[in-house]
Amino acid sequence: MCVAYAVSLRGVEKQYTKGKELVPVLAGINLDIEVGDFLALMGPSGSGKTTLLNLIGGLDHPTAGEIEVGGQSLNNMKAKALARWRSENIGFIFQFYNLLPVLSAQRNVELPLLLTRLGRKQRQKNAATALEIVGLSDRGKYKPKELSGGQQQRVAIARALVADPSLMVCDEPTGDLDRENADEILGLLQTLNEHHGKTIIMVTHDPRAADRAQHTLHMDKGRLVTEAVA
Amino acid sequence: MSLVGLMWANLFRKPTRTVLTLASVTVAFLLFVLLRSISAAFDSGLAVTATERLVVVPKYSQVDDLPYAQKQQILSIEGVNGITHTSWFGGTYQDPKNFFAKFPVDPLSYFDLHPELDLEPADALQRFARERTAAVVDKGLMETYQWHIGDVIPIQGTIYGKADGTRLWEFQIVGQFSENGESSNFPLFLFHYEYFKEAAAFGGDSVGNWVVRLDVPDRADEIAQKIDALFENSSDPTKTATEDEFNRQFARQLGDMGFITTVIMAAVFFTIVLLTGNTMSQALRERIPELAVLKTLGFPDGTVFVMVLGEAILLCLVGGVIGVGLAFSISRGLAEALEGIFGSFATTPVFAIEAIVLSAVIGLIIGLIPALNAQRLAIADALRR
Repeated sequence: MCVAYAVSLRGVEKQYTKGKELVPVLAGINLDIEVGDFLALMGPSGSGKTTLLNLIGGLDHPTAGEIEVGGQSLNNMKAKALARWRSENIGFIFQFYNLLPVLSAQRNVELPLLLTRLGRKQRQKNAATALEIVGLSDRGKYKPKELSGGQQQRVAIARALVADPSLMVCDEPTGDLDRENADEILGLLQTLNEHHGKTIIMVTHDPRAADRAQHTLHMDKGRLVTEAVA
Repeated sequence: MSLVGLMWANLFRKPTRTVLTLASVTVAFLLFVLLRSISAAFDSGLAVTATERLVVVPKYSQVDDLPYAQKQQILSIEGVNGITHTSWFGGTYQDPKNFFAKFPVDPLSYFDLHPELDLEPADALQRFARERTAAVVDKGLMETYQWHIGDVIPIQGTIYGKADGTRLWEFQIVGQFSENGESSNFPLFLFHYEYFKEAAAFGGDSVGNWVVRLDVPDRADEIAQKIDALFENSSDPTKTATEDEFNRQFARQLGDMGFITTVIMAAVFFTIVLLTGNTMSQALRERIPELAVLKTLGFPDGTVFVMVLGEAILLCLVGGVIGVGLAFSISRGLAEALEGIFGSFATTPVFAIEAIVLSAVIGLIIGLIPALNAQRLAIADALRR
């Protein structure tokens, strides 16, 4: 049987230069993530989780190795092409939401659509739909500072899915939330995975968050060390 | 929402800072338009287009006089076909603030050499020539001081007193003159030289300068040299130039307005570039994670560059447009106040266009480095900040 991989990494390495010293962050990562998977990445601070996420999301280039996402090799893509690819294929969710404070929730969600050829009305309609999916239809006109942490993260999720990407990468999406809000966000991610077919990769320190994923991978010192089936 | 809308929203991330920056840019461009207008009014006020006229002045100082006896010697030079004279009388009308030039002139030769001036009513020149205390006045001055033909105008002599020991000169207005129906750029109050000659305590046998008309304008340089050569070894050497050049020199005596304007504006804009540039850089530093998010979402480096640069240009353009608007609003009031000095003071669309183009250029200068920094931002590094 032929398995479709959403993400495929072969011998991926990443090193940073600190002064004259080379600091290895990732070493020989081989990983296949199936389409429709919900994967949790766990590990201590500095183990390379976020770096791996950045590489998969096309935010950084590996020092060595091959990265394919949705069948597309990212290695030789130029910055402009990579930016376009990100806007069409990846939805990003951050720990601190990273919404633009000067824009309303509706406009924050609409932001990625500015890069498309959609007209103003269609953009507004799509943004409203995304806000409806995350349960914030009535908060479109609110500025981020007028929303709770959980609501802000839901706006960020709406922004991540408004362009209908196939892959969503989440960097500690519940790290700044209390238990109740964290559960809501995790439930929302599960819904997106199960009902909307989104492949999700989530970096987390929280075992309870990882429990919501289909698989959990552990990292340590730049290497994948275990894999567990949820 | 559009990219411009996003830029606009970003500008008002910190409204107080933006409003203060906008205010400083607005004041800079308000100053720019007003100073440009003053400079232009100054230039135009002293520029006369006639090319067939030369002005002969004392070589070393325009405070000196020239002897009346030079008249016939100048007229004898081949190529000269007319001569008249003017003198700076000084004097105050009611208040020293009421500034306008007052010249004692020979009526017939003065208007013969200045055919561009239309004198009215029809008998004005005859009366001016005939009546010793007569005066003719620029149309603009008549309007400014609400004078009418027949009015007697008292002038307190500040340089020239009368032989009888008094300083009050009285002139009766017998006509007004204009150039193509418009007020002259340098409004004059002209009165009869013979009256001055008879009544003045001193200076009646001399003139301030000679105005010479040529047969052929092309020979201006040659004849100017001949006139100066004629008096080179006399006690009253002369310096002769075309009327246009004379006016420029006269303007320089009061101050090179163009230069002064340029220096002031350079200082203002240098300060604006430093202050606004610093503000923009600071605003950018605060927004590095946000810019990283935009790049993460797929905004290309070029678009981020355009957005940051656009914010700076937008800020300066808005400040420029408000400044120009304010300048146009207050220039009407200023025009009335300055009419007596410059004749015509007006802000023109050309100055508005200059200001708006300049505001865009300053925005470009201010925004370029922050925009380049934003363009080069590495996403992974910036997200960690």
